[in-house]
Amino acid sequence: MKPAAATLGWALFAVLGAICLAVIALHRGESINALWLVAAALCVFFIGYRFYGRYIGDAALRLDPTRATPAQRRNDGLDYVPTDKYVLFGHHFAAIAGAGPLVGPVLAAQMGYLPGTLWILAGAILAGAVQDFVILFMSTRRDARSLGDMIRSEIGPAAGWVAMVGTLAIMLILLAVLALIVVKALAVSPWGTFTVAATLPIALFMGVYLRFLRPGRVLEVSAIGIVLLLLSVWLGGVVAADPDWSRAFTFSGVQLAWMLIAYGFVASVLPVWLLLAPRDYLSTFLKVGTVSLLAVAILLVRPELKLPALTRFIDGSGPVFAGSLFPFLFITIACGSVSGFHALVSSGTTPKMLDSEANACFIGYGGMLTESFVAIMALVAASVLEPGVYFSMNSPAALIGNTVESAAQAISGWGFSLTPEMLTQTARDIGESSILSRAGGAPTLAVGMAQILRGLMPGAGMMAFWYHYAILFEALFILTTVDAGTRIGRFMIQDLLGAAYAPFRRTESWAANLSATALCVGGWGYFLYQGVVDPLGGVNTLWPLFGISNQMLAGLALIFASVVLIKMKRERYLWVTALPMIWLLVCTLSAGWQKMFSDDVKLGFLAHAHKFGEALAQGQVLAPAKSIADMQRIVRNDHVDAALTLLFMAVVVLTLLFGARAAWKARRAAQPTALEAPYVAAPIR
Amino acid sequence: MSPRRSASFSLSMDRLRAFARKLGQTAHLAVGVPDYEGYVAHRRAHHPDEPVMSYEEFFRERLESRYRKGSSRCC
Repeated sequence: MKPAAATLGWALFAVLGAICLAVIALHRGESINALWLVAAALCVFFIGYRFYGRYIGDAALRLDPTRATPAQRRNDGLDYVPTDKYVLFGHHFAAIAGAGPLVGPVLAAQMGYLPGTLWILAGAILAGAVQDFVILFMSTRRDARSLGDMIRSEIGPAAGWVAMVGTLAIMLILLAVLALIVVKALAVSPWGTFTVAATLPIALFMGVYLRFLRPGRVLEVSAIGIVLLLLSVWLGGVVAADPDWSRAFTFSGVQLAWMLIAYGFVASVLPVWLLLAPRDYLSTFLKVGTVSLLAVAILLVRPELKLPALTRFIDGSGPVFAGSLFPFLFITIACGSVSGFHALVSSGTTPKMLDSEANACFIGYGGMLTESFVAIMALVAASVLEPGVYFSMNSPAALIGNTVESAAQAISGWGFSLTPEMLTQTARDIGESSILSRAGGAPTLAVGMAQILRGLMPGAGMMAFWYHYAILFEALFILTTVDAGTRIGRFMIQDLLGAAYAPFRRTESWAANLSATALCVGGWGYFLYQGVVDPLGGVNTLWPLFGISNQMLAGLALIFASVVLIKMKRERYLWVTALPMIWLLVCTLSAGWQKMFSDDVKLGFLAHAHKFGEALAQGQVLAPAKSIADMQRIVRNDHVDAALTLLFMAVVVLTLLFGARAAWKARRAAQPTALEAPYVAAPIR
Repeated sequence: MSPRRSASFSLSMDRLRAFARKLGQTAHLAVGVPDYEGYVAHRRAHHPDEPVMSYEEFFRERLESRYRKGSSRCC
């Protein structure tokens, strides 16, 4: 009886999902309710989890609940703790969730909501969740070792080095682009700047409270901190309304960039309990809380999607990012569909706490689907905006000018109805002086969220409150990432340089620490500054670089997973990891190739450098440059970006070659050659 | 109140309490602090002769270890 009921339930789920997708498909050209999209996504995710995720676990990986996990074998009550699967799910989700799935879908909305939705659904089910799950499983079988470690032992030391250099470069680009998003959101916004600046004293207070006043009372202090944060959002409105105070908190993008660079350096050498840990608590709880709030609000408010399903910009002429749907959609939406960074988490703390191999699917596959659901909500938030408003916020000033009149004229010319009054009204609603050219995703998402939440809690001034709350929420966890990421980058640099000069490895040496930190901050600071002064907005250049690098990291993880499947003699199931691997390599290598060699100056770094270099040779100054020095900088930046793209492509091609060699050897061996920790029976529960 | 109803009432209270405990554990682990009672139980069971950290020491040790090598946080 019971299996029959379950079958019926899944059949109903499938029918419901099909109906939702059919409604989306048939309502082309008219606006539809966001609920159809959300319901379709939920059905697809549940079915994908139940049938494909379980299939991978049972058939391809053969999860073995009788085999002891690292948590059971090495239980120390601290790092290795067999943990309830729901509790561990919370930990894993908090560790993988970040700003990426919120930003990518917002940028990709320039092509309409349909391409983004389809790639998020298909990418998560077939690539992203597969990667997270398979890497979690493989790390669990290898004493919870890290991805880099596993690549070294299963593919070879050279591949390990290549992966390490690649990961460091990805880290620098990630930090630069995230910091750029904060700068774009806070530039000339006294309310936002005050609110985000207030998180510093709040975090310091929490750190001292936790260390000396009430040691270890982490939930208590987090609750206090969140109340203080909400107060600071309110106080920010007061500051912005006062002419003197608002002037004191108004900064240009360049000023904010320097502040962030200084912050990154100082924060990452301070003791962790003082600033990083309390900020981490705040951002973790705020993140989970806000995402849940957004989900509830979408369900209750049921907003209409105003953006069309497809826009004319699928041909690659869009103002938000250059390049056509293939391959650029697939690198713009990175973390929401498949994210290489998750492979680092899945081979980090989570496998040390898995209480049974049988739960790896729920945590690895299920965790990624939850993250993709966040990406769907971000897409919804961007799509409830008037398309004209969306494009005015995300197009660079070089295309739409600096006034509401010029913006309305330019965007109406693209076929999206927009009046200057709509722009001034939206800016007034959210308590800002202007919404033009605030690329980077965060402000757009914040306006969308504010519009949805206003439907839930109407009232004068609520929209401005929610807008700045949303900005705070994103800036907060981006700053946490900047701080934590700078530390990781520093350790990587120390590890790499330590190979050449051993004293560099000593993490207790101040000279080594400070110089590695300076190198790391200088690395991402360079790209941040370049992005801030870029007249095309910076996000245009940096987000594709980040997307390429993040998807390449996923490519590395999937190359590794495919090699291990061959070494396990499970070639029959090689397609499970090899198909998403091939897709990612095709997307990222072709995107990288176009960024390097495209003749289109909007797309190709070298073509752009060539054009400006020629003009420079004749002493001309081309817009948007204003001086010869500007021209020289543009050419130099183009070359640096091209070199970085080349580095990413080299990393992935080299890893592929090393992987192919290891796979060839493994195929010729008669026995499985995967280096798993020996079997130990799990304690009977 | 019939004995049966009070039994089911206390059962649901137990459930609620167990749920709240799980929720607390989840919130703590999300910021890198595993279950302290679990740690104490583990030390008592497997290392009965060795000292057990107080909650404050335990918290401090966990905090240092969470960020020692840099926690890999996602984009």
